[in-house]
Amino acid sequence: MNGVVFRDFLPWQDIMNYLEAVVRVYNRWGRRDNKYKARIKILVKAEGQRYVDEVETEYREILERDGGLHTIPQSELARVQAGFVQPALDLPESTDEWLAQAEATLGIEAAKTPAFARWLAQNVKPHRNLQLRAVSLSFKRPGYAPGDATADQLDAAAVLVEKYSGGEARVSHTQNLLLPWVRLDQLHALWQDAKALGVAQPNIGLLTDMIACPGGDYCALANARSIPTASAITERYQDLDELHDLGPIDLHISGCINSCGHHHSGHIGILGVDKDGKEWYQVTLGGSDGKHLSGAAGPGKVVGPSFSAAEVPDVIEAILETYKQLRAPKANGQQEAFIETLRRVGQEPFKAAANAARQPHETQTA
Amino acid sequence: MNTVTCGSAPLRANKPFDRRGRPPAKHFQLHMNIFTTQAHQAADKTGVLELANDVDPRTLDLSGITRIDLQFPTFTDGRAYSQAYLLRRRLGFAGELRATGDVLIDQLLQMQRTGFDVAVLKEGVDASAAQRQLDRYAGFYQGSAVDTQPLFAKAA
Repeated sequence: MNGVVFRDFLPWQDIMNYLEAVVRVYNRWGRRDNKYKARIKILVKAEGQRYVDEVETEYREILERDGGLHTIPQSELARVQAGFVQPALDLPESTDEWLAQAEATLGIEAAKTPAFARWLAQNVKPHRNLQLRAVSLSFKRPGYAPGDATADQLDAAAVLVEKYSGGEARVSHTQNLLLPWVRLDQLHALWQDAKALGVAQPNIGLLTDMIACPGGDYCALANARSIPTASAITERYQDLDELHDLGPIDLHISGCINSCGHHHSGHIGILGVDKDGKEWYQVTLGGSDGKHLSGAAGPGKVVGPSFSAAEVPDVIEAILETYKQLRAPKANGQQEAFIETLRRVGQEPFKAAANAARQPHETQTA
Repeated sequence: MNTVTCGSAPLRANKPFDRRGRPPAKHFQLHMNIFTTQAHQAADKTGVLELANDVDPRTLDLSGITRIDLQFPTFTDGRAYSQAYLLRRRLGFAGELRATGDVLIDQLLQMQRTGFDVAVLKEGVDASAAQRQLDRYAGFYQGSAVDTQPLFAKAA
């Protein structure tokens, strides 16, 4: 289920007062008979508006009778804000001349080196400061679990962060490192260093930039392994031309229903399930994390009975082949993305292709 | 803090929270009396209200009540924390709030902060670790039922 809007607007000063009300009302009415149902979301679903109303009443009591003691003053906001300052950057004066020169140089380097041009297009994002770019180092490469890095690689990445991004990096939920403060005129040097470190694959947002949980190889909760499936798909789609031709695709893999890999929000989701002590995988299609391309956030729909580990890479390939056959150019001349084709034609052709990829001796019912 | 006249010797956590040796600020003295089940059962029941944890304390007439025993049927059922907070903070109950039931050492700090002043430890629970629980944190960001000002209000 998606979250429910409790309140369209709350003044920032009141966030702690309001959360106190949310938790106190939940403590009173939340389920106690079944620990799997002892969740705020279960109460929201069961009580709906009644829960919202009671929170509002309690919130007013906290303000009016308890004196709203956790109302956040301006001074506290300022104290916390001081922890989120822009790092000191060594930036030349931003003039039209400097920008034109930096962009021209970049254009020349990109024309000389198609691999650099591809990386610029895929891994580099615009910045509110025209002199800067945000750059993703891709930790999605063959031989490694998605997002995995050795201690030495992280040390080396830290050197790049010091050198090119004001000493600041963000670990993204897509299991990559984002460098938010890279100078336009240092992109080429960063690309070369990132390439030497093996984290310059131009695959951000593409199929092989999948999200995968550690799965049964590392996690005691998992019903199935995630990493072998991730590896099999990574290895199968190493041709960069093919990868770029397939375009933006969110592939998300979770080894169990705890959903650390966010399988439900992937355009293609893979969920490990346990049946008779064996690993099986449910495939979902059409999920969205709410980004512009994917549309309103929502879970994908299950394609059918679950697949064996051996079948999954074939199933993914069959789904992608179906997309290639069915995609149509858009009004603006651009190629339709996977999720757009899926939305337009519906799940049926993809489902048929996925089911046709089953291996006869693996047939099962569920 | 009201006086408790029965039970075993109270444990008091009033160590300074400041590790650099500055004297403790008054409002950070944590105070909780720990009773054994025997001491609890031997106590006089006059003026005592035993309250089930699904009762809204705002519906009660508290005149003549000097002590309210709140209940933790299991340590995972924390409804009595909210009851204690409402009694102490919103209703201004000045008598004793006593925690009974599945009361473990780990809960003492939360109990103290929601307004309890006495905890009856579950049978078999060793009280010797209680002090450490009450001393565990050097300070708190949020206000509590007894020390109502959050840290940012004190600093201001």
